[in-house]
This record gives sequence, structure tokens and C-alpha cells, in this order.
Amino acid sequence: MQLPAQLTISPRLAKNIRRNVKERIIELILMMAALVAVATTFAIVGVLLYESLSFFKTVSVIDFFTDTQWTPLFEDAHYGIMPLVSGTLTTSAIALAVAVPIGTISAIFLSEFASHKTREIVKPILELLVGVPTVVFGYFALFFVTPLLQSIYPSLPSFNMLGAGIVMGVMIIPYIASMSEDAMRAVPMSMREGSYAMGATRFQTAIKVVTPAAISGIVAAYILAVSRAVGETMVVAIAAGQQPNLTFNPLDSAATITAYIVQVAMGDLPHGSIGYQSIFAAGLVLMAMTLSFNIFGHWVRKKYRESY
Amino acid sequence: MEHKASVLENLADVRAMIKRHKRNDALFATLGLICLMLGLMTLMLLFWQLIADGHPKFNLDFLTEFPSRRAGRAGLLSAWVGSLLVMSVTFLTAVPVGVAAGLYLEEYAPKNWFTDLIEINVSNLAGVPSIIYGLLALGLFVYMLDFGQSILTAGLTLGLLILPIVIVSTREAIRAIPVSIREAAYGVGATKWQVVYDHVFKYSYGGILTGIIIGMARALGETAPIITIGALTFIAFLPPSPITTEPPFLNFEWLSSGFTVMPIQMFNWLSRPDHAFHVNAAATGALIIVVTLLMNGAAIWLRYKIRKNIKW
Repeated sequence: MQLPAQLTISPRLAKNIRRNVKERIIELILMMAALVAVATTFAIVGVLLYESLSFFKTVSVIDFFTDTQWTPLFEDAHYGIMPLVSGTLTTSAIALAVAVPIGTISAIFLSEFASHKTREIVKPILELLVGVPTVVFGYFALFFVTPLLQSIYPSLPSFNMLGAGIVMGVMIIPYIASMSEDAMRAVPMSMREGSYAMGATRFQTAIKVVTPAAISGIVAAYILAVSRAVGETMVVAIAAGQQPNLTFNPLDSAATITAYIVQVAMGDLPHGSIGYQSIFAAGLVLMAMTLSFNIFGHWVRKKYRESY
Repeated sequence: MEHKASVLENLADVRAMIKRHKRNDALFATLGLICLMLGLMTLMLLFWQLIADGHPKFNLDFLTEFPSRRAGRAGLLSAWVGSLLVMSVTFLTAVPVGVAAGLYLEEYAPKNWFTDLIEINVSNLAGVPSIIYGLLALGLFVYMLDFGQSILTAGLTLGLLILPIVIVSTREAIRAIPVSIREAAYGVGATKWQVVYDHVFKYSYGGILTGIIIGMARALGETAPIITIGALTFIAFLPPSPITTEPPFLNFEWLSSGFTVMPIQMFNWLSRPDHAFHVNAAATGALIIVVTLLMNGAAIWLRYKIRKNIKW
């Protein structure tokens, strides 16, 4: 049977349809690419939960959080995460004690005191330094900072949390300085001019006007820096020692969560063994810690943002 | 009389106060400069330390020798070849996916909960510690998908790791293109994809490139995720060559080969007790730093050039 003339598709319309189909296919492909990000998150959470669940079939959750020893690879196995958490928190606290004052003062100096030219030179250098690989900082901690500290405290062990923490602090100075400086730059010029007109000095303006106005961005920088310090691996794996140790004394040697994962991964643990599963349980705790810091940081920035 | 004296006294007070405040100002400026220098100087010191410790190994033999049990003969050949191959897998996965995702989020995505979900995921992924990517790779790529501890696994892992960097910088670059460009293209009858590909993408090329370079520099220096997938550290062979002399001239066996990369080799050398190996570690560290700084420097310079040359 022959089609009536009206039903045949004109070449122009056919071209249009082809064009539309092609457009839709391209949009679909691009969307699939964006979905890779979502898939990655789900895969991370999925893998961590799946392996941790097998881990918690052997180990009770209560033991996990209350036992004071972490020796999954020994004959007499204990599975208390607290020694790893104490190591992680101590090294991060030392890092912050170094990076927060130096980073903040650098940021205030850059934003309020330095000339335009200095800022134009220093800002890119800060960005460059954020990109220095962390394994290199590990070398620095082990072969430069620790021997230096040992000349002050001769009894310091060669692997210790103090040296690793200090180097980690140096590592995150550029990060805090750069982010805090961005927050201070965003404070409108009119506020500074108002302050100068009242006879305030630069120092008074910086401390009493600009810093309070930018505080949400500055605090967010601190919190995101904590999250970075908690997740930092190579410096602590190289310089802080690999012996889980429930202590908050910076002069001791102790393992962090990340250092433990590295230590186990370097050995040859069979897939499916309890030691293998334990690194996923440790990873889950690490993920929970960094995720809560990240969410808290973004929340602080949003909630306390001053709008002008 | 008494009144005048008190005014004068007040004036003296005020002058003293001004002087004090000016001194505080100068003191703080000095403190700020010291802090800034302290941060920068420490990093210079770090670089100097690596060069001072590693300089005996700055020669071509170091790049053409395999790792060895004897520190004096050990070289970086398998490590730099491994880095190059892993980075090429990372580049081939992260760049197309990241740029496409950036184009979608900026040009196509409707404003709804689904788009919000993707955006929250991207910003969260940027804050996930790198070692967690290593665990993901260990569970998913090495065991579930059975890729083994191979170049493919490492390349994909680092690709996922730098994906957020590529997406975010693509979006920033696209956002700098004014709407008028898009309107002009639509006005002469272009389809959406023609607008996006021929105009938006091509004009934001420089900005996207900046993000890609920064991401690749990050991937080059990453150690933790590669250790976590269980990459061997003593590799005294090269993966099969990707190019062969017989048709079809390409060979993909290298993807499933064992490997080592420069930061892993450095970690391996510096965790040995023998001091002779520490020299090798320092030399490797110096090389890694030089390459990453050059890449990051190129990216920052490129961004600076683009900002200066914006025509609209």
C-alpha cells in the first residue's frame, strides 16, 4: 500500500528530528559524566560499609570504641580504635597550633598591610606551595625537623608526633593564609574607610573591623584545615611512627588512622582477613571525622556570613 | 590657669596614645612579615635540604637505572616510566569525564534537587582524604572488578581523585564567558551543543587547561592511595611497551602490568635504615618537587595571562 503524500516526512523535518535526537544523546552523555561524581560517593560509602560490616561481625562495636589497644595483627588481637584516634587528634592539634597563628597573622598582613605588589607576588607563591607533594614533607620531618628537636630534647624518639605535627602545620600554613586572605579581601572597602575616618590605625582596623567581619570565612578555613590534617597520610606515616599508642603526649611515637592503613596496605594481607577488613573500619572512622568537619566548616561559613 | 594645664596634660596623653598606636602598628606589620617569611622560608629550607642531600645523584644514570639492592647503583627508571603511564590513564579518564561534567552542570543542568545532589557530591568529594580513594580502589578496582594492583587501577584511582578539581575549574572557566556570546550563537540558529562546543568550550579552553594541569600535578605527587592499593615497591622491569612494531601497533598489556611510581619509590627508599638510600630518596624528592612546581607554575602563569587577555 502506498502512503498518502501528506504522511511522508519532508527532508527538512527529517533533518530537524535527527538534529534533536543528536542533541538529546549528547545531553545524556554529559549527564552520565556528571553522575560519575555521585557514583564515586556511593561507591566510597558502599565499599567502606560493606567491608566494615564484615569486620563488625567479628568485633563488637562497643569493644571498637572502648578497648584501649589496637593490635589486629597480633596473636592477642585487640580492636580498640581509640589509640589511632588519639594519635590522629594529637598530630592534628600540633599542626593547628603551628598553622593557625602563623597562617592568620600572615593573612592579616597580606590583606591589610602589604602593598598591592607584594600581594601579587606572594599569593601565587602560596598557591604553588599548596601543591607540594606530602611525601616530600615526610622526608623533611624525619631528616630535618626531628634531628633539630632532638638537639633540644635529647630523649626524643626518632619517630614522634611533635615533629610530624609541626611539619604538617607548616604544610597547611599556605592553605589557611590563602583562604583567610580571600575572606578578608571580601570585606568591603567602605568599612575600612569608615574605621580610618574615626582615627583608627591599620592595626586597629584589621583586628577590630576586618577580622570580625570576615570571621566566618576565617573559621571555615580553620575547620577545613583540621579536616586536611586529620586525613593527611604520608607525613605521619613516615615521621610519627607506626605503633598504635593511646597517648596525647606529643613527645611519644604513635600511629594515626591513616598511618595504620598505610602500614597494613604495605604488608601482604590476604583479601577477606580480619586485618584487611580492619583498614576499612578505620577508614570509615576517618571518613566520618573528615566529613563532619567539612560539613561543619561549610555550615559555619553559610550561617555566620555577614552580608553587606 | 588650672584648666589650661589639664588641656595640655590631655594633649600629652593623646600624643602618647597616638605614638603608642603607631608603634603597635609597626610592631604588628613586622610580626606579620616575620610570619609570612617563616612560612615561605621553611619551605625554601625544605627544598634546599633535598638538593643538599640528593645532589650526588643528580646525573643521567639515576634516570636510566632500575632500583637495586645496592644504593649506589639504584635508579629511577621504572618509577618515572610508571608515573608517566599511570598519569596517562589518569589524564584519559579524568579529563573527558571532568570537562563533560562541568559542561553539563554549567550549561545543561536544570535547577532541581537532582542537580543539587550532584553539586553537593562534587564539593564533598573535593574534601575526602586521598587515602579513602585508596580504600575505594582496593575494595572496588583491585578485588570486585579484579583489575589487580595494576597501572589501570592506579590511573583510575587518581582519575577519580582529581575529578573534582577538573570539574570545578571547568565550571569557573565557563562561568567567565558572557551570556551575550551564547545569545549571539543562538541568534544565528546554532543548536545547544553547537553553542556549547564551538563557543563556550572553545573560549574557556585556557581556564580548563589550568585546572587540568593543577590536577595532574596533584596526581603526580599522590602517594597514599597508590600505597593503599598495594602497589609493589621493588619493580626492576618496565611494563610492556604501549607501541609495537607489528600491526595494530598498539598494545594494552601495560595496563594490567605491575608498576611503581616516583613518590612510592621515594617512600620506599626513605623508610630503609641504610643511609645511602636516603640520598636516593632526597634526589627523587627534588625531582618530584621540580616537576610539580613547574606544572603548577605553568598553570598559574596561564591563568594570569588569560585574566589579562580577556577581550569582552
